[in-house]
Amino acid sequence: MLESFTWLASWLTYDVFGIETGTKLGNSIHFFIEDTSKIFFLLTLIIFVMGLFRSILSPEKIRTYIEGKPKTVSYFLAVSLGAVTPFCSCSSVPLFIGFVEAGIPVGATMAFLIASPMINEVAVVILGTVIGWELTLIYIITGLLVGMFGGWATDYFKMDRYVEDYVWKIKTGQVIQPTYDTTLIGRILFAWGEVKEIVGRIWTYVFLGIAIGAALHGYVPTGFFAEYASADNWFAVPLAVVSGIPLYSNATGVIPVVEALLGKGVPIGTVIVLMMSVVAISIPEFVILRKVIRIQGLVYFASFLAIAFIFVGYLFNALAM
Amino acid sequence: MKNVKVLGSGCKKCQQTAQVIQDHAEKNGIEIEIEKVTDVAAIMGYGVMSTPGVVVDDVTVHAGSVPTEEQVKTFLARS
Repeated sequence: MLESFTWLASWLTYDVFGIETGTKLGNSIHFFIEDTSKIFFLLTLIIFVMGLFRSILSPEKIRTYIEGKPKTVSYFLAVSLGAVTPFCSCSSVPLFIGFVEAGIPVGATMAFLIASPMINEVAVVILGTVIGWELTLIYIITGLLVGMFGGWATDYFKMDRYVEDYVWKIKTGQVIQPTYDTTLIGRILFAWGEVKEIVGRIWTYVFLGIAIGAALHGYVPTGFFAEYASADNWFAVPLAVVSGIPLYSNATGVIPVVEALLGKGVPIGTVIVLMMSVVAISIPEFVILRKVIRIQGLVYFASFLAIAFIFVGYLFNALAM
Repeated sequence: MKNVKVLGSGCKKCQQTAQVIQDHAEKNGIEIEIEKVTDVAAIMGYGVMSTPGVVVDDVTVHAGSVPTEEQVKTFLARS
């Protein structure tokens, strides 16, 4: 089914626009059309399907799933639930307070917040169709492990001392379960609302990502990255992580760039950690988290993620060789 | 006069929520005053994790979505 997007792109680029095959412009345009049509199609489809089942995955439900579990179990549950929950960073703060207030360790809460933006159904399905399921599986497992390890480190180093004092004083008592319309029509309307809201929020990132990917794909010579970012170039991995810190995009938006870089022969470890760094370490997210965590805590959090990603990058590059 | 609080950090959905309630009240001649609560700690204090939430006369009646006309009718008619 997904080949139809390649056909569509070929037809438009070479027949309708009349661009010659094999030219730089042709390659770029082809990449742009194929990825735009494919990614937006998948994006809409997956968000809609997930929206139909949304009521099982509200943050309130997740809170009750994790509440009162032993620490080690709570890290695992937190990253797994984080991975399947479609989650907007704008709800980080209520979620953080809600979790902490229920007595869930700060570590498990952080594990959830690390895993959630990196891994979600939308990114996973699109990544799978674009770079293949084997690499996608590696991406998922790594993301989960970094999240669990981050949760453990948060508790082990007693990072909860950097949580703002007022957070501990909030007493919500009974949390109100959201009221969802569970009739079929209600679910469809809700799911469609989700599509409009999420696509409306992230489409600029996705477009930008596709444009960058298309430019890389068409105009950067294959030898370029092989020379500067090959696996035996030790600084390529830290450079990828550091350059990802100020950049921010939704996970889906980075995928076209990942696709183009892999196509140019950049090693998998370097590409994966660039993606993780762009998605998981972001200034907008940190500004939001600043409401509940002090600056020092955020610096530790970002440093931990950066170090973990660098380690992951070296490991994968070594395994791939 | 009923006091209605719309809980949410100023997102689009919260404005829609306030609008839906305002429209319904005007249409049916219910006297209300709408107040917006944007402070996260205060919102959590009402037991709401998913915004927008609605509080009528200090009782949380709704959370997690823009309420439908039908839901507004139900919670404004209560108490």
